[in-house]
Order: sequence, then C-alpha cells, then structure tokens
Amino acid sequence: MIRLEAVSKTYRMGRVEVQALRGVDLLVESGEFVAIMGASGSGKSTLMNIIGCLDVPTNGRYFLDGTDVARLDDDQLAIIRNRKIGFVFQSFNLIPRTTALHNVEMPLIYSGAQNRRPRALAALESVGLADRAAHLPTELSGGQQQRAAIARALVTNPAILLADEPTGNLDSASSVEIMKLLAELNREQARTIVLITHERDIAAFARRIVELRDGLIVTDERRAA
Amino acid sequence: MNIFEALRVAFAGLLANRLRSSLTMLGILIGVAAVILLVAVGNGASVQINNQIQALGANVIFVYPSNARGTGGVSQGFGTSQTLTMADVDAINSRQQDPDIVAAIPIAQSGGQITYANQNYFAPTTGTTVDFPQVRDYQIAEGSFFTQDDVTSQHRVVVLGSTVVTNLFGTVDPVGQTIKINRQSFRVIGVFAAKGGSGLGSQDNVVVAPITAVWAYLSGGRGKNISQIVASASSPSTVTQAENELTTILLQRHQISDPAQADFQLQSQQDILNQANSIATALTLVLGAIAGISLVVGGIGIMNIMLVTVTERTREIGIRKAIGARWRDVLTQFLIEAMVLSGLGGALGIALGTALAVEAPHIPAIANSSFPPPVVSIPSVLLAFGVSVAIGLFFGIYPANRAARLHPIEALRHE
Repeated sequence: MIRLEAVSKTYRMGRVEVQALRGVDLLVESGEFVAIMGASGSGKSTLMNIIGCLDVPTNGRYFLDGTDVARLDDDQLAIIRNRKIGFVFQSFNLIPRTTALHNVEMPLIYSGAQNRRPRALAALESVGLADRAAHLPTELSGGQQQRAAIARALVTNPAILLADEPTGNLDSASSVEIMKLLAELNREQARTIVLITHERDIAAFARRIVELRDGLIVTDERRAA
Repeated sequence: MNIFEALRVAFAGLLANRLRSSLTMLGILIGVAAVILLVAVGNGASVQINNQIQALGANVIFVYPSNARGTGGVSQGFGTSQTLTMADVDAINSRQQDPDIVAAIPIAQSGGQITYANQNYFAPTTGTTVDFPQVRDYQIAEGSFFTQDDVTSQHRVVVLGSTVVTNLFGTVDPVGQTIKINRQSFRVIGVFAAKGGSGLGSQDNVVVAPITAVWAYLSGGRGKNISQIVASASSPSTVTQAENELTTILLQRHQISDPAQADFQLQSQQDILNQANSIATALTLVLGAIAGISLVVGGIGIMNIMLVTVTERTREIGIRKAIGARWRDVLTQFLIEAMVLSGLGGALGIALGTALAVEAPHIPAIANSSFPPPVVSIPSVLLAFGVSVAIGLFFGIYPANRAARLHPIEALRHE
C-alpha cells in the first residue's frame, strides 16, 4: 500500500540546509493502523507531508497504491491526494461559512464525481453526524468538527486515511471518542490508517507504532489487536 | 471544479464581506455608470445635431460662391466673391438640364435691427423667392407666404419665424402688423410653424422677405448680391446626380471648362451631416475615454481587494489543495469571484447610468436649457458590461494566480 524506499528530504532555510529525513524505509500494508511517533523536530511532519503527497522527497522512492508518486508534478499530486488520501488535521480545517455536508462534498466536487449529495450524506452518517449535516463548522463542537473532517476524508473512499495529530485540539473525552471511531473504521471497514502523534496514549490505539528520531526510524513495533 | 460551485463559493465569499464587496463594486459601478451616461450625452448631442441638419430641409444642396482660382493669384475670403446671379437660379429652375432638381431659390442675407412698437430685436433677414417654404421645408402656421407678384413688384412684406414673433409681439397677432427693418417698413403677412431645435442658429429665428425687396431696401449699395443658392433634389438617392447637374449648368453658364477652376462650390446636406457626425463621434469617444479611466481605477480596486481576500483565505486555499483542488480549480474560483464582483458592479452601473440618462431630461435645470437629452445606445450598454467583466478577468488574474500557486503545506500552516 505505502512503500518508502530510502526517502530523504532536505530543506534549505536561508543558507542552512536542514536534513529532515535521512533515508526512511517504511512499508505499510493495506488494512494496517500505524502510529508514527516522535518529538518535534524528529521529521514526522515531513514524513506525513510526503506520505500525504503534499510534498515530494529529495531522494528515494515512494510508491502509493502501486504508483510512484515521487516524480509527479503539482497537479498530478493534487489528483492523487483527491483520490487516494483522506486527510484529518489537528485543527479540523473545515472550510468556514460552509455547511458540514458541503464540506464533506468538497473532495467529490474536485474529482467531478456523480451522486455527490447522497455519498456525502452516507459519509456523515458513517461517523454519526447525519443530523448535523446542515450546520456550519462554527455551530459544531470540536469533536463534531473532527467527525465531519473524518467524513470528508472518507467520502472519496481513499486508499489511506492520514491523521495528523487528530486529537491535538480536543479534550480527553472527545479524543477518546475520535480515536475509537478511527479504530472502528480500521477494524470494521479495513481502512488503512496512518496516525501522526506525539502522545503515547493516543498512539496506543494503533496496532503498530513507528518511532522517528532525527529523521530516522528508531523503533517499529507491532502489537496484537 | 464546475462553474456552479465556483459561483456558489464566489457569492458566499462576497456575502461574508458585504461592506467590502459593496465598496469594491461601487468603483466599477461608478465607472460603468459614467461611461453609459457620458456616451449617452454624446449620442444625444449627435442626435440633436442630426435633427437640426435634417431640419434644414430634405435633400438640400447649397451652392456658395467661391474664388476663381488661378486668375490673379490673390485669394479673397470665403463668400466675398459675387459670382452667383439670378440668371443662374432661373437657369436651374428652367429644369432643362437638371431633371433631378425640384426647385432652387436664391438667398440674400441682410442683418438688421427689427422694431415693432417699443420692442426691438435682432434677426437676419433672408431675401428669397416663392419656393423657399418648399425647398427649406417650412410650414406656414398663420397668414400666407409671399407670391410671385410680391417678388416681381418688390413688395415690402415679410414672413416671420416663431422665435422672432415671440420676442417682438408677445401676445399680439403679428399678421397685418407693420414692423421696421433698418427703419424701412415691412408688413407681416405670415408666420412659420416652429421647427423646434435650438442652438446652432435656430431655424425659427428667421425673417423672410422677397429677394427684390431686400435688394431694393436693405442691401444698401451692395446691389443684387446672392450669397447662396439652395436647391432641392427630388429624393435622397438623387442628391449626387442633382449635384452633378448643378455643376454642369453653372460651369457652362460661367464659361469655365476646368471644374477645378469653378467659381462656386457645392455642399449637400449629407456633407454637413457627415462632418457633424464625425465631430459628434469624436465627442462621444472623448467622453467615453474619460469615463473609461474611472473603470480602470475601479479595476485596480478589485485587484487590491482580491489580493486581500487571497491572503485572508490562504488557509482555505491550503485545505482545498490538500483535498484535491488543482491549480486550475483555485484559479477559476478566484477569477470567477473577481468577475462576479466586477460583473455585478457593471450591471448595477448600467442600471444607474441608464436611469440617470432617462431621468436627466426631467430635471428642471436641464429641461429648460438647450442641453441635448441623452440617448442610451444598446451597443454601449453591452460594451460596458463586457468591459466590466473583462476588467474583473484582467485585474483578477494576478491575485487568482497567486492563490493558485500557493504551496499547500505553507498555505495550511498560515494562521
């Protein structure tokens, strides 16, 4: 599903070159629930950007669902993001002044899909938010906004769900609620989920924990379900 | 991204910042209204000038004396030579060589102080012959025009235009009264119906008398001078033939073989119309161009506000890109937003400009002046709307491209 081969990424900040990733090899199979952990500066955000096709590696190869995405241009990456990746962000990132339903519909608009309304409604229903479809983001609680964001991530039926600190802005009750939802999606719909977090108790919901330090993978442990 | 989605997002964005959107639109609105109104004023002037020239009489050809060139080498001023004679007029009126001319009249102008009782007024006195009303398209409102007998016998009779009547007689019935022109008594035998129009030498400010009487009593020592001959062609399509016939007759009578040496010149109503139209078109263009400057200013306003919008919505752009918006999608969205701004402003501007143009003649200060009523032309409306949308497109491209080129990671990080 996801195959990273010796991926490295170098940023240029002024005159200084920063090596955010120094050769990462990672294989994530379909249906896995992986947590990527690491302190800030460990390179986990860079890794997420590359896995999410928001950025391309400086060196190395990245296969997503069989496609080599390391050499694609901006528009091709946009199409890959639209079809194969569902993002869940720390700050929810719903589009303001736009109803939950319309937010969920958005990826379908960009892919030019048919039956957008029913599909968006079905996605909202699968996260238990069907009764809030007509509400604006400002009218939803943090947990509800994150559910809407998950519905938006799921609506295109992507290969992977990429969650970047999805509980970072939530209280502990909502955090548990959201993590349970993700675990359920993984277990019952066999969704591939890559979770980025720095909290160990959040990472504990995953079945595999990869730890990153200074741009390299230091531990990779699998746990029984 | 489909166009409806882009329109929906555009309207949602505009509604979210109502005051800002309205002010931005106001720039375009004022520009378009100014273009519509000023072009309408230019058109109105053009229509008015056309009407006045039409009022000179249908199918009219003017013959002026001019200097015979190449004889002495000294060129005198326009109208100073006296080459046209009554015999020329009679030859044209004999209609042996000019089947396309209906009638020709001589004109002898004489300025003069006109007095009646204790009123006095200044109007040019025109000496002419009995065909004057027909050739110049005047109707008699009261009394009658003078007869061939009046011309032959040098009767001191006059027919007055309505402006002269108003200024001289007030409410008194002028027919039968005696007025004095340069201290010579003339009897008023008729009044012309008003031809309307104003400015540019009103057609109603006339005093018409038999040419023989003008020569005998008003011309002083200048003798039997004819300042112009006015001929009327049988129809608009025969004006050119009639001009050729006139030229042939006059060249022959004046024994001139080379048309370049002619001691007269012709001007048809069409010539005057063409000249007037080219002036009116230039006027309209100048007015339109001045108004167009304000459209450009409005366009810069749109560009400015779109740049602000793009900066404000950087994060939204990042989100859209993360979920699959391509360069083209983002570009289209902001271009359409800019075009909706300018197009709406343009539509409202057309409404305002048209309303002002239509209402202008009802404003008392304008109604009482000789200001031409503005005429809104459909092409100017379509052009103004097209230009306003194009301005949105032009001034929207830079901000929209800036939005479309944002890197998704940086856009998402933007607070």
